[in-house]
Amino acid sequence: MGNKQTVFTQEQLEAYQDCTFFTRKEIMRLFYRYQDLAPQLVPLDYTSCPNVKVPYELIGSMPELKDNPFRQRIVQVFSEDGDGHMTLDNFLDMFSVMSEMAPRDLKAYYAFKIYDFNDDNYICAWDLEQTVTRLTRGELSAEEVSLVCEKVLDEADGDHDGRLTLEDFQNMILRAPDFLSTFHIRI
Amino acid sequence: MAQTPAFIFNVPETPEDQGQEPSPYDESEVHHSFHQLIQEQSQWAAEEGLELQQRVPEADTLGASGSGHQAFLGPEGVPDYSTATLRILASMPSRTIGRSRGAILSQYYNRTVRLRRRSSRPQLRGVGRSARPSLRLYDLELDPMAFQEEEKRILLVKELQGLTVAQRDHMLRGMPLSLAEKRSLREDSWIQKGKQRGPQGRRGLFSCCSRLRYACVLALHNLGLVLLSGLQALTPWRYALKQIGGQFGSSVLSYFLFLKTLLAFNALLLLPLLAFIVGVQAAFPPAPSGSVPAFTGLELLTGGGSFSHSAMYYGYYSNATLNQPCSPPRDGGQCTPDAGGLPYNMPLAYLFTMGVAFFITCITLVYSMSHSFGESYRVGSTSGVHAITVFCSWDYKVTQKWPSRLQQDNIRTQLKELLAEWQLQQGPQSVWGRLRQVAVLGLVWLLCLGTTLGCTMAVYAFSELMIKSPVSAEREWELLALPLVVCLLNLGAPYLYRCLAALERHDSPMLEVYVAICRNLILKMVILAILCYHWLGRRVGALKDQCWENFVGQELYRLMVMDFIFMLLDTLFGELVWRLISERKLKRKGKPEFDIARNVLELIYGQTLTWLGVLFAPLLPAMQIVKLLFLFYVKKTSLVANCRAPRRPWLASHMSTVFISLLCFPSFLGAAIFLCYAIWQVKPSSICGPFRTLNTMYEAGKVWVRHLEKAGPKVSWLPWIHRYLVENTFPIYLVSAVLLAVIYLNIQVVKGQRKVICLLREQISNEGEDKIFLINKLHSVYERKERSRVGRAHEAETPPTLLADEQDAR
Repeated sequence: MGNKQTVFTQEQLEAYQDCTFFTRKEIMRLFYRYQDLAPQLVPLDYTSCPNVKVPYELIGSMPELKDNPFRQRIVQVFSEDGDGHMTLDNFLDMFSVMSEMAPRDLKAYYAFKIYDFNDDNYICAWDLEQTVTRLTRGELSAEEVSLVCEKVLDEADGDHDGRLTLEDFQNMILRAPDFLSTFHIRI
Repeated sequence: MAQTPAFIFNVPETPEDQGQEPSPYDESEVHHSFHQLIQEQSQWAAEEGLELQQRVPEADTLGASGSGHQAFLGPEGVPDYSTATLRILASMPSRTIGRSRGAILSQYYNRTVRLRRRSSRPQLRGVGRSARPSLRLYDLELDPMAFQEEEKRILLVKELQGLTVAQRDHMLRGMPLSLAEKRSLREDSWIQKGKQRGPQGRRGLFSCCSRLRYACVLALHNLGLVLLSGLQALTPWRYALKQIGGQFGSSVLSYFLFLKTLLAFNALLLLPLLAFIVGVQAAFPPAPSGSVPAFTGLELLTGGGSFSHSAMYYGYYSNATLNQPCSPPRDGGQCTPDAGGLPYNMPLAYLFTMGVAFFITCITLVYSMSHSFGESYRVGSTSGVHAITVFCSWDYKVTQKWPSRLQQDNIRTQLKELLAEWQLQQGPQSVWGRLRQVAVLGLVWLLCLGTTLGCTMAVYAFSELMIKSPVSAEREWELLALPLVVCLLNLGAPYLYRCLAALERHDSPMLEVYVAICRNLILKMVILAILCYHWLGRRVGALKDQCWENFVGQELYRLMVMDFIFMLLDTLFGELVWRLISERKLKRKGKPEFDIARNVLELIYGQTLTWLGVLFAPLLPAMQIVKLLFLFYVKKTSLVANCRAPRRPWLASHMSTVFISLLCFPSFLGAAIFLCYAIWQVKPSSICGPFRTLNTMYEAGKVWVRHLEKAGPKVSWLPWIHRYLVENTFPIYLVSAVLLAVIYLNIQVVKGQRKVICLLREQISNEGEDKIFLINKLHSVYERKERSRVGRAHEAETPPTLLADEQDAR
């Protein structure tokens, strides 16, 4: 239980512990995973808060994300400038939100951003088509895809303006108790 | 509590409006990170005028919803709004306040204020209008004085300081801001706290107390964190569960998580038993009665032989008070208590520990069941099955290429099935078809129930046969016959049910699974009920002068061992051999599916046996723990080597609710009834065990209460409680009536909530229509303005040209 690590200061580690859903040990484990992605880039001493970003290609090659059709969106949403390159803060944030202790509202918020492909704060029909295409690896016909999108909008759109707001999305998530268990990455 | 803002519709007529570049996304408050992307999108959107894309009303049934969308359709059938309209739309509250940082800050500010108001702060409603806006209006978003983002942040920090450390952390963790911002918020609220405490340091005792309290709170917080990390380190198999979840998905993982839960329940049950019964008796072992037979290997299977005289079974425990500090008097006088002795009343301890252990298990089960149910049931949840499939069915835990592709195939199949079902529902179903379906369903159920009855009669007949021909000491292996028959029936009947179920066709795949679980459960519970009757009803009479409790304990031990052996055999043949056969002989690539329902029912059955037997064999939970540990590794190895994920995607959270409910209701309830009957109604045997001199086991408690009554007036409240609250039936009626009233009230509340949800949904829909109407009106106003402006500009141009024409004409 001694503080033998030299990567973070005590205050930094406490701050991480208070602001994420991870314990001290898990934060250190995550740091070493981050460091393993780019050993030359990431220093072993974060006490001076270096500004280091690991490029998207390395993050996307992590075994937890490699085969996920939404990995590009996930990394974009959590990265600092939306370009997919992540600092350590972004990395911890991503896995904290995707961990099993994050509450439903927080997960729903980020899920909404992930599925909002054109970043206009709404999930419109085009976003839905993109989602369905990635879910089915492009093996549904265009007609079937548009039919599915139509039915989704029918079911979830409250004010019938042709797209889903965050509130519509959260309302729909409330009806799906599985969401907490599927929107979960174990690390 | 916010006031509605005064809305003044100001249509500016300044020429600067037309000069600005059209950009509906021209907001500085939009999330900075997507600025590039948004600029591109805004140019695209401004070109095509796709600000508010109406759902083009279709000519067929879908469009005739009567909502009457009046859209200003452009030449391509798409709404064509002017740039001024677009700019106003871009500054709509639902767009700017959208999900920008400022909005999040004010939203969490509101939540923090509400949280603080709840925790014993004086009501601020009476404060006059001249007070600070943050006190007067709790809703910053609609405040007419539009706060800048920086001011909102300062207000939020001030509110965070008012919370306790735990509340602040909870609030910070739940905020959808980036980690760097959360850290800076935390730092700011921390620093301010330090500054506040600074000047108070000169007030002496008051500041000392508050600093001490703060230090205590911080220490407790750290202790809590340490315990949590310790507990998480103790949870075993983290990597194994991750591997299983990654390769097979959440539904197969739910089986292994259920196994882990059962381990926890057994450990919870075992601890009080070890501490208060087994440990104490082992420290004061009774005098051995008769010769103890030597250990042969058969004891591991039959539980008899040398095991019968060990701490394993009921008969080992003495019925006297242990460690009585009473040296035998020389001249027949009073007992003189020795120093350092603590008398331990064994019968009482046995009874109470069993009762308390079961009570704790009951409370834990009911709590976890209600928690799980609360997570998975929603009031007024209509079928949003397409939306849920699209957004909630991708399992992010799956981490390898082939399982990922399999998941994509599954989702594609599911979507296709949903579409097909929907198209089928469009067409009417014939009456004959439905009648035939119902008839087939009835027939299959009849056959299944008939099979169950047949199995039950077989078990009953065999048990009667076992009573009539008692087993001698040399042929103990014959004792294994009844457990063998029971296990064979438990193994064979589900396969028969599966064959029969192939005849019927269900509308939804989930219903098939539930029906299969139901049938298997009925079979297992009925067989166990027959066995319970056999033990408590017939064996007690048949073994009049022997230790029948030991016999029942041994029977349950044998059942558990046989069950374990058959589970191993089933895994071996059902999975390994099947895979080899299907690969070599049938030349198919398909591996067998992992049958979740059957495996979970096996676990529940095993746990029921443990609960049934714990009264007669206190070490049975320890055996169950060893069995579960072994089973985890065997099942995991077999799964990874031989099986594939189920084709039908399972709703994992529904499943875990169902598992826990099944564990509570038929399983634990049945065991509790068995236990109550054994304690209250059955006469214990007179030659062994802690209750040998009593009429029922419960009498031990009564004896003690009478002993207390004689002890004197100081403890008279306990006998009083016993006489008026436990033995009297009136309090039980009262408690049941109160419980029924509470349940009825909750049902009414749920009904009311459903109605409110319907009304709110209608209201949202109406608001949407209002919004579209207002936007169209706005657009028409701007169109008219535009046209009049163009007309005026045209008029202003024509005089010079006319003059030029006139000049030319001259």
